[in-house]
Amino acid sequence: MKQNLKNLPAWNADAHLNRVVRAMPPSGIRKFFDLVSEMEGAISLGVGEPDFVTPWHVREACIYSLESGNTHYTSNKGMPELRESICDQVRRELKLDYDPGEEILITTGVSEAVDLAFRATLNPGDEAIVPEPCYVAYTPDVALAGGVPRTAPTSLEDEFRVQPEAIVSAITDKTRAVLLSYPNNPTGAIMTHADLEDLADVVVENDLLVISDEVYAKLSYSGSHASFAQLEGMKERTLILNGLSKSHAMTGWRIGYALGDPALVGAMTKVHQYTMLCAPTMAQVAALEAMEKGDEEMLHMRHEYDLRRRLFVSGLNRIGLDCFEPRGAFYAFPSVQSWGLSSEEFAERLLREQKVAVVPGNVFGPSGEGFLRCSYATSREELIEALDRMETFLSGL
Amino acid sequence: MNEILEILSENAKATPSEIAALLGRPEADVAREIKELEDSGVIRKYVTLINWEKLDQSFVFAVLELKVALQRKTGYDAVAERIARFSEVESVRLISGDHDLSVTVRGKSMKDIAYFVAERIAPLEGVQSTCTHFILKSYKEHGVILTDKPKPKRLVVTP
Repeated sequence: MKQNLKNLPAWNADAHLNRVVRAMPPSGIRKFFDLVSEMEGAISLGVGEPDFVTPWHVREACIYSLESGNTHYTSNKGMPELRESICDQVRRELKLDYDPGEEILITTGVSEAVDLAFRATLNPGDEAIVPEPCYVAYTPDVALAGGVPRTAPTSLEDEFRVQPEAIVSAITDKTRAVLLSYPNNPTGAIMTHADLEDLADVVVENDLLVISDEVYAKLSYSGSHASFAQLEGMKERTLILNGLSKSHAMTGWRIGYALGDPALVGAMTKVHQYTMLCAPTMAQVAALEAMEKGDEEMLHMRHEYDLRRRLFVSGLNRIGLDCFEPRGAFYAFPSVQSWGLSSEEFAERLLREQKVAVVPGNVFGPSGEGFLRCSYATSREELIEALDRMETFLSGL
Repeated sequence: MNEILEILSENAKATPSEIAALLGRPEADVAREIKELEDSGVIRKYVTLINWEKLDQSFVFAVLELKVALQRKTGYDAVAERIARFSEVESVRLISGDHDLSVTVRGKSMKDIAYFVAERIAPLEGVQSTCTHFILKSYKEHGVILTDKPKPKRLVVTP
């Protein structure tokens, strides 16, 4: 036996990898992350999170809770008070009733909720439609759940709102679900009640589940946010996913939630209890404080994003980067098509020559080619400086 | 709240053109409104918030709490306005509680302020008592935290 151990074949870790994971390409953002990290004095418009620190009263409530020794598990579904508080707010704002006992699950960020939604609803080979350009996690999450992601392109012409035709084109007899994410990362697009209504027929005719990631809902700048679940008869077939990361500057706390039919939420809760058990208790305590007493600070932050949005979008258009008006989230999605460079060439040269980091639109899907994602969740001073540098860059093209 | 004032209260250096861009309004409108606010006395002055403690040659500040006899016709106004005229006085406020007026005073030294209080404030008719609190360290002024702490870092690029 000892003898045999000396002539072992070389260990090949790769052969032990799950083939879906092995086939997964690395995120296109990585390259820019590395480039920017090495650069001194770069202004980054590449950050997909608030620049605000979590409001002090929220941090303080968490500290107090830790001092009191609240370090145990919560129920799998999450703290009852937090579930009730969220359901109350949803009732007030979306006019939708969810039972805090059966129809809500607190997750570790919306990311977990997206993963759970696909894992709880897709069978191997089932297809889910994801409009693109979109946040980078959706299609990998579908694949990890054993499903097959199908993308539905959106375009500037429609201000990046997904059209029913695009969904119809992606439908096969295996399609089970469609994901919506409005207000949208990376485009800043929103969909109004009327826009969503256009999709309802397709959804019903094809008996689809709608997974609606609404994490940017609070950051809507023209009128209130509309959810697909608000459409008549659509509540049952919609899973609303939301969280406090963007609205309350709480990205690092990892608190999200899912709202929906008890059977769907129950299935997600099963997966959650065997993987996550519960969302971190201290973060749930902080989230409760933010839900109960965080409106004023949240509105203040939203107002500041709105000011920056006007400043930045008008600035982009002034210097020659055409940009439609983003009505939600904190991203502008200007076109570079008239400048004769691809998104990636543009972004890489802008970074090397003028030290402004943006994310090329194609990272978020093929329909993002020809665009840049610029986050305006950064200070006014930096936005003004970035616009100056971008103008200098354009004058040298 | 008036959006222009909100911006100017945070940054007195904001130009009409910057404010116009932030609000999505024509620059001329913004400039006109600022002029009106200045003319009507809503905007009194554009000031700079300075952390004097960072400089070698600093100032001494004190908060005075005064008890004041209420005057039949003028209430507290006559005494308050009289105190406000001294250039050493930074602020004069009528307050509720044990005292009547809260006065902030700036001087070159503690002695300076002590003499000022003894010679100028305490003898004023109507001032019944003074209590001087020297400010030892300022942590926050006008909504700005003055203690230097490194800014928490975000990852430079995230999805």
